Amino acid sequence: MNPPGTALLWELITRTATVSVSATAIAMAIGIPAGTALGLLRFRGRRGAAAVVNTGMALPTVVVGLVVALVLFRSGPLGSLNLIYTVRGMIIAQVLIAAPLITGITMAAIQALPDELPDQLRALGANRRQLVLRLWLEARLPLLAAVMAGFGHAVSEVGAATMVGGNIHGQTQVLTTAIVEDVGKGDFRPALAYGAVLLALAFVVNAVLTSVQQRGAGWARF
Amino acid sequence: MTRRCLAVVLASALVAAAGCGSRSANGGAPSGQMILATTTSTRDTGLLDALVPAFQRSSKCSVKTVAVGSGQAIDLGARGQADVLLVHSPAAEQAFMQQGHGASRLAVMHNDFVLVGPPGDPAKTAGAGGIVPALKAIARTKSPFASRADDSGTNTKELKLWQQAAITPGGGWYIKTGQGMGPTLTIASQKRAYTLSDRGTFLATNNLESEILVQRGQELQNPYHVIVVKHAGTNVGCARVFSRWITSVPAQRLIGSFGKSRYGQALFHPDARAQ
Repeated sequence: MNPPGTALLWELITRTATVSVSATAIAMAIGIPAGTALGLLRFRGRRGAAAVVNTGMALPTVVVGLVVALVLFRSGPLGSLNLIYTVRGMIIAQVLIAAPLITGITMAAIQALPDELPDQLRALGANRRQLVLRLWLEARLPLLAAVMAGFGHAVSEVGAATMVGGNIHGQTQVLTTAIVEDVGKGDFRPALAYGAVLLALAFVVNAVLTSVQQRGAGWARF
Repeated sequence: MTRRCLAVVLASALVAAAGCGSRSANGGAPSGQMILATTTSTRDTGLLDALVPAFQRSSKCSVKTVAVGSGQAIDLGARGQADVLLVHSPAAEQAFMQQGHGASRLAVMHNDFVLVGPPGDPAKTAGAGGIVPALKAIARTKSPFASRADDSGTNTKELKLWQQAAITPGGGWYIKTGQGMGPTLTIASQKRAYTLSDRGTFLATNNLESEILVQRGQELQNPYHVIVVKHAGTNVGCARVFSRWITSVPAQRLIGSFGKSRYGQALFHPDARAQ
């Protein structure tokens, strides 16, 4: 009924961005090394691990929300950390949502590089660190696509944000949960406005990532 | 929440279907599809599951139920998206009738509100001597209080009680959830916060640590009325039949006994006078 106030709008944008950008950054720090290891190393159980990661890419966000909420509830195993209905709790849930995606796409990206590339780099005298960095540079297009997919999944989900965050006004409400709440009250206008803002936020973040991704995209690989 | 959104979409989609029912009636009893917009409390307690099938057996009308907050249910009625309302928000209902949206409004039943809070009752609300002093104690001690903040009948009631206590709630201790009674009770329990709930939903919600601390008293009564919506295209015939049925002796008896076996006490008390 009431148009959303500007102060509230900025608060929601800031909180949504904080939660999803931090979650994506953490998921990236976990997912890119893990995906690289899965794509590069040969070890027992690698196939099984790859299948688990690929399944994780299809993890329903409400299931993540449910499990994280049960773990963080005061009666749950990590209840003493007081993370239920907090921004930090929501970040944890979104990390679990984004990390499998980033891991899975990274694994596929590393495996899609020419088979002989690691051997050639080793022959050129690259140590392990230089080798991995060079592979990441080669695979930067799909790697950034992985990050964008992770962020997109995290920022757009509502089930986990509601269950773990609680949609508490001024504390854990984000754009998606505000939309659901307004629709529940029959206030479609602010809900649509929040939707447009959410899209704009996703566009800004992805525009930044895309500019990084496409810089020098025309480089010859060798 | 998702169910609520679905309900709105459903309501809009079903309007056409509902409208055509009674119109084609060829002198017989009203028939066709009817949309009942009601509150989450009647659904969450299971009362609707007892009432709706019984009504459908006794009439030719089939019922689609949309369970939303009282405010939204009344809104659906005003837009002609529901044929009959079963709601508990007296002030909003009176405004609805004054604006000419309703053909009739009858008392059906009441249940009552309770103040629930963490075991131990840190704000000492139980001995405060009523709901208004209890709210004052909560505000004075800045004990966490969870508010639904969703324009529902319960939320409206809560805000009125704060008004009676001459307090404008706000600040870190006043938690606005923007959600239904069940999720709000869970959040209150987890955060060791107080909250105002209808007794039925509190009894029907599982895994709560909260306890009833303040109950009874005139201010905590929660009356439900049935309203026949007057709007072009609505199924007035079935709405009238439903309104007559729910205030009849058998339905009132059903309401009075509902919940006794499951919760050990009646959740709703019949209010309709003998017709």
